[in-house]
Amino acid sequence: MAVPTLYYVLLSAVLFLIGAIGVLVRRNVLVIFMCIELMLNAANLALVAFGAGQRSMDGQVLALLVMAVAAAEVAVGLALIVAIFRRPEAKSVDVDDVNMLKG
Amino acid sequence: MIEWIFFALIALVAVAAAVGVVAQRNVIYSGLLLVGNFLCLAALYILMNAQFVGVVQIIVYAGALMVLFLFAVMLLAGQRTSLGDSGLAGQRSAAVLLALVLGAELALLITRGSLAAAQAGTPLDVALGGNVQAVAQVLFTRYLWAFEATGLLLLVAVVGVVYLIKGRPGAGAER
Repeated sequence: MAVPTLYYVLLSAVLFLIGAIGVLVRRNVLVIFMCIELMLNAANLALVAFGAGQRSMDGQVLALLVMAVAAAEVAVGLALIVAIFRRPEAKSVDVDDVNMLKG
Repeated sequence: MIEWIFFALIALVAVAAAVGVVAQRNVIYSGLLLVGNFLCLAALYILMNAQFVGVVQIIVYAGALMVLFLFAVMLLAGQRTSLGDSGLAGQRSAAVLLALVLGAELALLITRGSLAAAQAGTPLDVALGGNVQAVAQVLFTRYLWAFEATGLLLLVAVVGVVYLIKGRPGAGAER
């Protein structure tokens, strides 16, 4: 007997919540980025779970497309982070240090 | 019944790994725990009969993306963490034992297991005789526009990344 969709969606919600807490609590920019990836994966899990619940392939195909978009996003995001935090005057990877636009 | 046990165990490990990603002080440990979380999710995908998504999750997320992450971590914050041989007491023997257990499981599954997953999937899986065929059937017909647009997006991302790192000709020369 298959596990009902509800439990997969609950797990996805828990993982999403943990990722969201991580984004809000941590100050290290790389850990924040990792928690964003955690949230994306939780959404992917929900997509595939709903697709399996509906006995349809759409969930899996959408999950594949989301994975491709996430890969592009990670590449660009990491390039940005490296460009920002590799400057000579960057003291650390603390996200609070990026305050040049502060009024 | 067995599926419930698998789901419970994998879900538990996934949540524990996710909490570890958020709570760990060491960034590299966070990255490795995130890899663990991705592997748990891949196991869950396979449990849901989404075999192609599960394998792509391992190849793309746990394989390529996390390597990219760890490159960035080493580049930015790696100087402050020790990369030495420090491990837990008995870690090496535990690792060898677990590797032997994994090898035994793989041997058992390969020799004794049946490849009857097609019967358990969606109607399209069963009709086409496999999950990869079913994904291809839907991806290249209904989602063709999205597929091509994603390809374009990946191209733009690659060009953007190269430009971000190199800058204009002559501007990025001193890096």
